Amino acid sequence: MPAIFTPKVITANALLEGDVVYLTQDDTWTLNLKDADVLTDEADAQIRLIDASARTSEVVGVYLADVAPDAKGPKPTHFREAFRMRGPSNYPHGKQSEAL
Amino acid sequence: MYRYTDFDATFVAERNAQFRAQVERRIDGSLTEDEFKPLRLMNGLYLQLHAYMLRVAIPYGTLSSAQMRQLAYIAERWDKGYGHFTTRQNIQFNWPTLRDVPDMLDALAEVQMHAIQTSGNTIRNVTADHFAGAAADEIADPRPVAELIRQWSTDHPEFQFLPRKFKIAVTGSPNDRAVTKAHDIGLRMVLNDAGEPGFEVIVGGGLGRTPMIGKVVRDFLPEADLLPYLEAVVSVWNLLGRRDNKYKSRIKITVHEHGIDDIRARVEERFALLRPAFTGVDQQLFAQIKSDFEPPAFKDRDTGPFDLAYANDPVFRSWADTNLSAHRAPGHAIAQISLKAHGATPGDATAEQMRVMADLAERYGYDELRISHEQNVVLPHVHKADLPAIHAALKAAGLATANIGKISDIIACPGMDYCALATARSIPIAQEIATRFDQLKLEHEVGDLKIKISGCINACGHHHVGHIGILGLDRAGVENYQITLGGDHTETAAIGQRTGPGFSADEIVPAIERIVDTYLSERENADEAFIDTFRRVGMTPFKTALYGESDKKKKAA
Repeated sequence: MPAIFTPKVITANALLEGDVVYLTQDDTWTLNLKDADVLTDEADAQIRLIDASARTSEVVGVYLADVAPDAKGPKPTHFREAFRMRGPSNYPHGKQSEAL
Repeated sequence: MYRYTDFDATFVAERNAQFRAQVERRIDGSLTEDEFKPLRLMNGLYLQLHAYMLRVAIPYGTLSSAQMRQLAYIAERWDKGYGHFTTRQNIQFNWPTLRDVPDMLDALAEVQMHAIQTSGNTIRNVTADHFAGAAADEIADPRPVAELIRQWSTDHPEFQFLPRKFKIAVTGSPNDRAVTKAHDIGLRMVLNDAGEPGFEVIVGGGLGRTPMIGKVVRDFLPEADLLPYLEAVVSVWNLLGRRDNKYKSRIKITVHEHGIDDIRARVEERFALLRPAFTGVDQQLFAQIKSDFEPPAFKDRDTGPFDLAYANDPVFRSWADTNLSAHRAPGHAIAQISLKAHGATPGDATAEQMRVMADLAERYGYDELRISHEQNVVLPHVHKADLPAIHAALKAAGLATANIGKISDIIACPGMDYCALATARSIPIAQEIATRFDQLKLEHEVGDLKIKISGCINACGHHHVGHIGILGLDRAGVENYQITLGGDHTETAAIGQRTGPGFSADEIVPAIERIVDTYLSERENADEAFIDTFRRVGMTPFKTALYGESDKKKKAA
């Protein structure tokens, strides 16, 4: 039996700023995970990943990250993604925390 | 200090111009990320978790006040007002944007600095004893050697695409403060029976996922043979080293797989071929470099102000007892400035603090600063009479923490707060341990104790050679911390032993406390340091303290 496809978002770092970014439903990049498009269909996710990876003048290191959908938007399921969303824990320097 | 020649200045300027054009070509789409990545890494530019990171070389950890001020300027102009000093005697800026990096590199070039070969599969920034040229126990200043190696290795055409990175450390003192046995090549400056200077060459040390203590490949290498011999070692490894698996590519694995005798034979064969090609130009250059490192004219003055403050000011006395080391010149001392204020991020300094340290070096310290691999700053040459004024200025800038070598003087890598490779955070664990032992007021009672924390198996935080080592891992999606005990980073280098199962982020500080309590109850007297007690009593009492009488109980992971 194939593994169950868990919900995912497409994420990367912005080429110029380095910021963590997420792909929205209308194929723009956002700093806020809550605005990211949650992908629940594997085939759709793979095609969106290929298309997003081709946008090399905008982003670097595109990949699919697991999320848990929530009424307020997707939440990270792994601590690494939680840190990427928030920024470092020693200073309030996270670009995401500024934007939120 | 070494001053750039016209050749050096032109080389760095050309390289910066090339990189500026490469950045532009990346932005306009002419270069793909795959093409650009090796180019940016060669110039010290990483893309980390939240932003780009620029790693700037501080060759052999030596800085002038003008250079430190420029680092402060860069931190304010293009970053968030601070910099992070690393275990490789570098400084990292955590928040540059891609377009700004060429300007940052030009600003560095203005003060004879660069970020070349701070990353990539090349010979990296050469590190040295941070007390070089100052220590009372030193045979000779290792920095001219380190500078010679830097010049030889920079853009060396044979060594730009090595199997993996390659790190060289040099010490001129029998008391090893440069962790030479944990480097790809460690050089110990020694004298032979005839009193001639040379090197003991150690090869194949390293930390990371397969920690190895380096082995002596040549017990006495005459000074003039250094570069051809290094070239022989690196070229033997360049051919033999494994490119099929990056976890097996470092020279420590090559030495392990082939055995030190086989490597030695190959190196000697290659050396015999290379030696005649070195006709003495390198030695002329070496002589010139040496003259740049002439010691300052140390003045003999009355130490009265020091003695007075030492007798009357307990805060100064505590700092002096903890942060000063013996200097070779009468009346002088080596002063370490702790970047480990309790609860602060190990190795971080604000731009303002950098300027305070630069001013002190200019006014009192023959214009010299050092960065230690232990992530502190050193004023290598200060007269004792000036120490009360220095201490007062440091205190006002939050830089007078009296904890060098103590439990809160923790090495910590950036960990998952910044690093894309990390598997767990390091910084908050260091902050919590330091804060906890400060609250307990136990620090000076505990005495010398090195805690070293890495946020992944790559061991940038040197956890294997910490008296207490902490390794942060991802265990099924939760941060988990493994403890090792008995590591040693000095001339008696040793790899620490794992205590057993790891601890969660909530449990790690209490676990460290139990280890320290065990030491305090086991030690013979207050003069027996943690590492000596561990060597005497072994792992058992510490294991019992961590996991209970039965090993099966209280397993945390």
